[in-house]
Amino acid sequence: MTSAARKKSKLLYDGPEWDFDLIQTTYDAIYEIGVNQMGLEIYPNQIEVIRSEQMLDAYASIGMPNMYRHWSFGKHFAREEVLYRKGARALAYELVINSDPCINYIMEENSMTMQTLVMAHAAIGHNHFFKNNYLFKQWTDATSILDYLTFAKEYVAECEEHYGVEAVEAVLDSAHALMNQGISRHPSPRRTDAQNREKARLRHEYEEQTYNEIWRTIPRSQLPRVSHQDQIPAEMAKEAANLSLPQENLLYFLEKHAPKLDEWKRELLRIVRMLAQYFYPQRQTKVMNEGCATFVHYEILNTMYDQGLINEGAMLEFMHSHSSVVFQPGFDHRGFSGINPYALGFAMMRDIQRMCLDPTEEDREWFPGFAGNGEPIETLKEAWANFRDDSFIMQYLSPKLMRDFHLFHIHDNSESAFVEVKSIHDERGFREVRRRLADQYDTSSRDPDIQVVSADLSGGRRLTLHHRVRNGILLEKEQCDRTLLHVAHLWGYRVKLMEMDADTGELLKEHEALPMP
Amino acid sequence: MHIVDRRLNPKAKSLGNRQRFLRRAKAEIKEAVRDSLKRRKVSDVDGGENIRIRTKSLREPTFGLSGDKGKRDGVLPGNKEYAPGDVIRKPEKGGGSRGQKGSDQGGGEDDFIFNLTRDEFLDIFFEDLALPNLVKAKLKSLKSPEAVRAGFTTDGPPAKLNQVRTLRNSLARRIALRRPPLREIEQLQADLAEAEAADPRDEEAIEALIGRIRHLEYLRKVVGYIDPIDLRYNRTEYRPKPKTQAVMFCLMDVSASMTEDLKDLAKRFYMLLHLFLSRHYNEVDIVFIRHTTQAQEVDEETFFRATETGGTIISSALDEMLRVVNDRYPAEDWNIYAAQASDGHNFDDDMRRCMAMLTEQILPLCQYYAYIEVYSDEHMSPFESVVWGGYETLAPTNPNFAMRKVAGPDEIYPVFRELFSTSEGERS
Repeated sequence: MTSAARKKSKLLYDGPEWDFDLIQTTYDAIYEIGVNQMGLEIYPNQIEVIRSEQMLDAYASIGMPNMYRHWSFGKHFAREEVLYRKGARALAYELVINSDPCINYIMEENSMTMQTLVMAHAAIGHNHFFKNNYLFKQWTDATSILDYLTFAKEYVAECEEHYGVEAVEAVLDSAHALMNQGISRHPSPRRTDAQNREKARLRHEYEEQTYNEIWRTIPRSQLPRVSHQDQIPAEMAKEAANLSLPQENLLYFLEKHAPKLDEWKRELLRIVRMLAQYFYPQRQTKVMNEGCATFVHYEILNTMYDQGLINEGAMLEFMHSHSSVVFQPGFDHRGFSGINPYALGFAMMRDIQRMCLDPTEEDREWFPGFAGNGEPIETLKEAWANFRDDSFIMQYLSPKLMRDFHLFHIHDNSESAFVEVKSIHDERGFREVRRRLADQYDTSSRDPDIQVVSADLSGGRRLTLHHRVRNGILLEKEQCDRTLLHVAHLWGYRVKLMEMDADTGELLKEHEALPMP
Repeated sequence: MHIVDRRLNPKAKSLGNRQRFLRRAKAEIKEAVRDSLKRRKVSDVDGGENIRIRTKSLREPTFGLSGDKGKRDGVLPGNKEYAPGDVIRKPEKGGGSRGQKGSDQGGGEDDFIFNLTRDEFLDIFFEDLALPNLVKAKLKSLKSPEAVRAGFTTDGPPAKLNQVRTLRNSLARRIALRRPPLREIEQLQADLAEAEAADPRDEEAIEALIGRIRHLEYLRKVVGYIDPIDLRYNRTEYRPKPKTQAVMFCLMDVSASMTEDLKDLAKRFYMLLHLFLSRHYNEVDIVFIRHTTQAQEVDEETFFRATETGGTIISSALDEMLRVVNDRYPAEDWNIYAAQASDGHNFDDDMRRCMAMLTEQILPLCQYYAYIEVYSDEHMSPFESVVWGGYETLAPTNPNFAMRKVAGPDEIYPVFRELFSTSEGERS
């Protein structure tokens, strides 16, 4: 097709080749649809074209550009590279970073249709989600993450120079081992210094106002004495208060209170803790995030096709890749590896769209709030902004979708030789299946609940951790012992981990570790 | 929106991570390299390698929930036949769809294959052998090409102008285009002077002569002495070093006393020798001769694998080597290197014959003859071995003969030091 003919027919491109101008014009078209027509809100985009090796590299350093150096990233790179070269694994078409400006990596090998798809998916879809979801707003600071990474990288490099690669590596190893325990899931509201001063001032004022000379005349010896026996628990309570125990954020606790850590080691722990926190929302919103991006690219590409911006060939290529992304094999399928977040997310978004526009009686009964309101995008935007995976499923999973997916709930007790089917996608089971599925996406029920309960700073400085065991699921022993060694390494003294049943408080198992000399 | 082209960013951004990873996995990688050396051919050292390591020290532990105990609930897609209350028997050994996660993290990560580049592989190979850095660098460097003359071109820098060729072209052109020689003009001018002196009024003759001179001068101007098309420059091409060839004889005692470990040690020695030789010569052939009481030329596989029973007669191997040299590797065309590995056993009365053969026939043929006596620490012979005792007399009188006792790979290199320090000296 000549360029003149292309102009006449409004087609943006024809064939698989791409160049930078074409990406720009296509992006403009996508932006027009996504932002101006659908009304999505996004950070400004930066699109970076990379080679496959760079993509592997980005993979290996947990998707972040400019990551500090650590052997584990080299290990992941080597592994991914072998898989990729053998053809066992294809690379992702894109990678997107929750930052402002939002950085999108696209691969140079992609065809123009894939670049279009990827831009609609990441630069609009993910980008909107990052900017609007409450978790991301609350937990991450998109404007500063890139600067922080640069700082972290330089800091780690400096430390390596000062204290040697091995020493830095040892700290980072330990910190990485505790990364999942480096998040304050339930942060208590902190007072700022100014607030603290204000409170102290108010207290003083109150004391001045209520000052009574007579109290001074009472002999000191007659004041009630604290008996020695009471003193110890009191001291412990004081210590607990000082250390703000119990504490679920192990990295935070060690950073602040480990007795023997050098200052730079504390800073390293802090870096890893910040990263853990940065990724925390992503772990909680896999289904929603991918669902949102997939839904957005599906809408945008269909609109582009309807407007004659892309041709049938591009559409076929898109449909092929889209349908393989949202494929959900059944549990007995050879390729089954859990529920595909793309599939579930996309299906739910489409289902919400359907219910807004064309609800059945059942939908009206289940979702009186929005069924038939005729505003699918607004409804979805609200969902994207205010939910995370578990609450989203709990709120929006419809009976129709459960039927479509043939979801069923099973119960597995390790003491029985049988797995029991508890409920299925029928009238009686819908609510139970939905609740169980939501549970499955609740990070707090997936991650072990481990807390620091005492540090005994005035005594032997033994650190005690509790694992609250739910449903009799203990920690994996070998891994636990190795990780505990890392805790001991950072703490510097003996560490004990007690696994207690969450309901009965019964002690189920104990692990101990000593720091290596 | 910005578009940034990152494709041209410096490559190997992850190199730092990779180095840290290799350092971390050093023990395992070394083990794997050692294993792979057993599989490799002697001439194959020079290349990358797929390494499979067990990743004990590379695990990154985290607190994770175990997969085998407790009660779990799960929601799965794709129900076809189940109704509430159905029970499904779990597959034996706790496999099945549940609990797979746990084993993925535990067992799946154990074996880990990745590719070592040639340099990384050689580094580790050298490290065992305790090579000095300078030598390492030398062996790792690929062949540097040598500038060779390769005909002539019409273009080039003035310094490369080939005068002979240029003038030859010039001459041919001048003859072809009939450029008058200066001599001819001088002759005419002399004739002109003569004519003017003889009869100044014979204007016709004088005119004719002047016209002729002018014409010739014109011709000389038009047909230059040197024209750009005459110019020829020497052309140089960068080719690998000139063809030189060497043959390397590997002689080894394969009687039962040579254990697998000792053979392995010998193999390292051969590999290193081959690497050295392939840096010096374009082509290196390897001949494997094994012997007990009889010698035979074999392929590499048999050489290192098979064990024969019987006594040891070293001269049989020397005979075989001489036969092969005479058949296929005439000493005028080939640089001959021989490396003999043995545990030091030989029949006493064979030593005399060996010594005679070596001094009279073999050593004069060889660039270098190296003997290594391998032994393991456990059965280190308290007394001097038969072969060692015999060969010891050769060393002082023959500069191209070296011998060494080797108990571990790090003791191999000194054997080479002598050889390559002297030959380097000659070269430079």
